[in-house]
Amino acid sequence: MTATLERGLNALREQIDAPVASFFSSCVSCGLCAEACLFYTETGDPKYTPIHKLDLMRRMWRDEYTLMGRVRSLLGLGQPITDAELASFEELVYDSCTMCGRCTLVCPVGNDITMMVRKMREGMSAAGYGPEEMVGAAQRHWDKGGPMGDLWKALGAHIARIEKTTGLTINVDKEGVDYLVILSAQEVAEFNDVIEAMARIFDKAGVTWTFSTEALEATNVGIQLGSTDIARELVGRVVNAAEKLKVKGIISPECGHAYQALRWEGPNLIGRTYPFEVVHIIELLDRLASQGKLKTKGKDTTKITFHDPCQINRRGGINKEPRRLLNMVADNFVETEDAGTMNWCCGGGGGVGSNESATEIRLKAFGHKKRQFEDVGAEKVVTMCAYCHHILEESLEHYELDEKIEVQGLTELMAEYLDD
Amino acid sequence: MNNPYFDLLMWARTTGFDIALTILIAGLLLRVLEIAVLGRKRDLAAPKGNPVAQGFRTVFTRSVPRKGQLKVAPVTYVGGYVFHLGFAIAFLFLGAHIALIDDLIGIQWPEANKALIETAAALAVVAGIALGWTRIANPVRRALTGFDDWLVLALSLLPLVTGYIAVNRLFGADQTLWMALHILSAEALMVAFPFTKLTHAVTFMMARYYNGSIQGRKGAES
Repeated sequence: MTATLERGLNALREQIDAPVASFFSSCVSCGLCAEACLFYTETGDPKYTPIHKLDLMRRMWRDEYTLMGRVRSLLGLGQPITDAELASFEELVYDSCTMCGRCTLVCPVGNDITMMVRKMREGMSAAGYGPEEMVGAAQRHWDKGGPMGDLWKALGAHIARIEKTTGLTINVDKEGVDYLVILSAQEVAEFNDVIEAMARIFDKAGVTWTFSTEALEATNVGIQLGSTDIARELVGRVVNAAEKLKVKGIISPECGHAYQALRWEGPNLIGRTYPFEVVHIIELLDRLASQGKLKTKGKDTTKITFHDPCQINRRGGINKEPRRLLNMVADNFVETEDAGTMNWCCGGGGGVGSNESATEIRLKAFGHKKRQFEDVGAEKVVTMCAYCHHILEESLEHYELDEKIEVQGLTELMAEYLDD
Repeated sequence: MNNPYFDLLMWARTTGFDIALTILIAGLLLRVLEIAVLGRKRDLAAPKGNPVAQGFRTVFTRSVPRKGQLKVAPVTYVGGYVFHLGFAIAFLFLGAHIALIDDLIGIQWPEANKALIETAAALAVVAGIALGWTRIANPVRRALTGFDDWLVLALSLLPLVTGYIAVNRLFGADQTLWMALHILSAEALMVAFPFTKLTHAVTFMMARYYNGSIQGRKGAES
């Protein structure tokens, strides 16, 4: 056995806990998870059945964590995981699973298959089978502060421009304000209108905030790659910056897995609770609206539908907030079939969008979403995740629908109708 | 009377049953313990919902398919319901079974009429066969199905079939052999229970609890 395989298997062993054992003990191979998975429904290929993606982990559990399995192994009937098998599962674990969580909600025995895929990735990456794009992004984030490298220069330019056009002051490294704002690289690089949107909304609402030169990046490739060590370091940088600035909270931006990483995994990664609040930007806007601090004027009359980012709604519990906000500013808001908790993924989450080898299948998997948009005749898709935004635009363009359907972030839309 | 199957029936009702019951209980305890000892790390993220309450709630609510799910796999869902309910009715409401349970733990309840029990048993068998058929016909289920799945299906159907034959004396007036086979098939099911996918009948409660509690902490649906 190679050293990397040994390391991978040990990392996987560390992931097997009571929930995992209860899930594998309960699976009756009914196959219903396949019907919930966009990669299966759009291809019809049984290899994309979610629980099948965990076959190697299941074997390890059976051979090492059950009495019967241990007896079988002693008799030489065990099936240890090999390097070749891990290599062959890379496509299933990284390219064709966005960890969207639909399978977890339909499994009749209650298996959290998504959580197990997240755990499986820990073993895969430790054994050296993480996709090279994710490994590269992790390296850049570790060395330069973000998966796209150091974006401070670009952010600085945005700040100067916004201060000039709005007359507002944007704080950097200011202690004692209400919130530390972090962004996803996608927002800085591609959807930077959100910065001005936040600045205007917060100014009107009396919310004080700052950026930190020590922690700009909200995304956490460690979560997607499946590397606790990397994820811990990246979350730690944000937590340290917030503590240093003595803020009341951190605003998690429009980014699905960033919210998952900071809000739900973060305290467990660093091994302690936070002395501050983590609030998703849309949660905060909804709170401000309910307090009468976010007021809007006028409404968007285009036919708008909403795309729920999986990590924010289904896996993050933010469901009603964006809808309350949308209803403030949208005159013609229609929901697609399965909207809300059972919303279909854009196809690019969980790092899939960054894997070159996944491009073909994720564009195919987008077919479901595309039909849903077409069914409601959407002219605009609003979402609350910059990466979903990016994938939606790219996929709509692939299907030559980008002229017909616009994509917009919810914070930006709210700022457009801000009553100022 | 010198019935060649009498001794077999007697063994099945006494020694055989005691062995099967011991293996069933000890095996299930072992399986549950095997899971529980692995534990799980305390979740340090500040809860948004109530993980414990939602965990317990999900044990029950997950029995109902989500909106729209029934139509994507009707045979699996309907077959699953009919099989489980039919089996439960035949097992729990037949007079002789109630007497056995009363004898073991001193609890009893009214029995159902024969027609209901026989209908339930027959439907459960039909559902089991339909579920077996989809394991061959449906590519996803075919790919997932292994020896364990067929064994479990066969062991689950045998007590229903042999019980029906024995009670209705389908193969002659003498019930001895079929009753012995019925009891032995039930004992085979009991022995296999802790070591096959039949364990799901107990561990599903743990799985659903964990699922509900993980989602519940986040204030997300489960």
